[in-house]
Amino acid sequence: MDIEKYIASGVLELYVAGLLSEKENLEVDALAQQYPEIKTEIIAIETAILALSKSVSPGVPSSNLSGIHNRIHKVRTLDTPTKKQTNWLSYTGWAAAILFAAGLLWMYNQNNTLKSNIEVVNQEKLKLKDTLNQTKSSKIKTETLLEELRDQNVAVVALGGQAVSPESFAKAYWNKEENKVFIDASGLPEPPEGYTYQVWSLKLEPLTPSSLGLLDDFAANDTKVFELENTNESEAFGITLEPAGGSESPTLEQLYTLGAVGA
Amino acid sequence: MVIDLDNLIVRFKEKDPTAFDQLHGMYAENICGVINTIVRDPERAQELCQDVFVKIWHNAESYDSSKGRFFTWILNIARNTAIDEVRSKSHKNQKKNLHVDFFVGILEGQDNMDSKTDTIGLKKLLQNLKAKCTQIIELLYFKGYTQKEVSEELAIPIGTVKTRNRSCIGQIRENLKL
Repeated sequence: MDIEKYIASGVLELYVAGLLSEKENLEVDALAQQYPEIKTEIIAIETAILALSKSVSPGVPSSNLSGIHNRIHKVRTLDTPTKKQTNWLSYTGWAAAILFAAGLLWMYNQNNTLKSNIEVVNQEKLKLKDTLNQTKSSKIKTETLLEELRDQNVAVVALGGQAVSPESFAKAYWNKEENKVFIDASGLPEPPEGYTYQVWSLKLEPLTPSSLGLLDDFAANDTKVFELENTNESEAFGITLEPAGGSESPTLEQLYTLGAVGA
Repeated sequence: MVIDLDNLIVRFKEKDPTAFDQLHGMYAENICGVINTIVRDPERAQELCQDVFVKIWHNAESYDSSKGRFFTWILNIARNTAIDEVRSKSHKNQKKNLHVDFFVGILEGQDNMDSKTDTIGLKKLLQNLKAKCTQIIELLYFKGYTQKEVSEELAIPIGTVKTRNRSCIGQIRENLKL
């Protein structure tokens, strides 16, 4: 290859001007690396253009480079948001958001706790109301019962324990005017399964028992006071243990308590 | 020049800020000069010069030394930036409306100006150059004209553009030695 002729063609001047095709540029670069003369020539041409462009320059103010730095730096800051200031701001934002969320959660929990507390208190209040009602009604019952027993027409008959159960006792409150008898059976043991107490009115001469009724649901009656009808001219009252449903005549072997009507 | 340009450019491509600063120091005046011949406004030329270097930084990795000189690469960016500016100012302006007599204008201005001590004056560089020479250089290097466009503009055969340009550059190289 004729290097001098190649240089003289003016192609290197166009190379420096940037007017060659991409393929031609690659060619020139390859030759420049192969032939130092070509490389030297290129640099000489470039030097001429550098001198010329410098001679028409309005100069570069000292602020030019720092201005470029500022602009590049701004873009960099946007690209990499790890700069201190940005971080501080975003950390503060996140911290505030987390605090706020935690606060909300705490308040939500508090609210729920209070709500369930109110629920419990309300239920307790209902229970207490219930209890109060029960107490009231049982008090009324008791008062009514007491009224009945206090009636001036009532004769009290104490029934003492007999051979089967000497410990037992009972009381009969007999209102002759109203033909009612109240049996206070709190001194009797609970009857065994399949048995029930039966109350008898007795006439002594001759001994004539007439059934007044059964003390059914013995366990369920908490006052253990039973109201029965009595139209007899009773001279004594007795209580026997009979098979469930009662008997025609008293089983005297199972006579628990007995008492005569006094004067 | 002691600076190892190839090494500097490799570091620049790896986005080494010091290498960039050094390249700016080496070429900023030239780039501002190229822009100034096109926009003919020194202050605006300096602003656009900044734009060009910001572009250069952001496109650092796209420079390929096998496809041309580094200076040629930034010269091209500067030319395009300046031409875009001129065109955006007046849409009717076409490349051919760019003033061709600008070197002459600067030349006259510099007679009354204290040239910087380290800069070889335009007058000295262009001495003994024919008008056709300064025009061809200005069009090819500063205005980005193709050979064909130059041949049309200056009414010379296209084959002559390349050789005449070489002899004109040769004259400037002679003047540099003075």
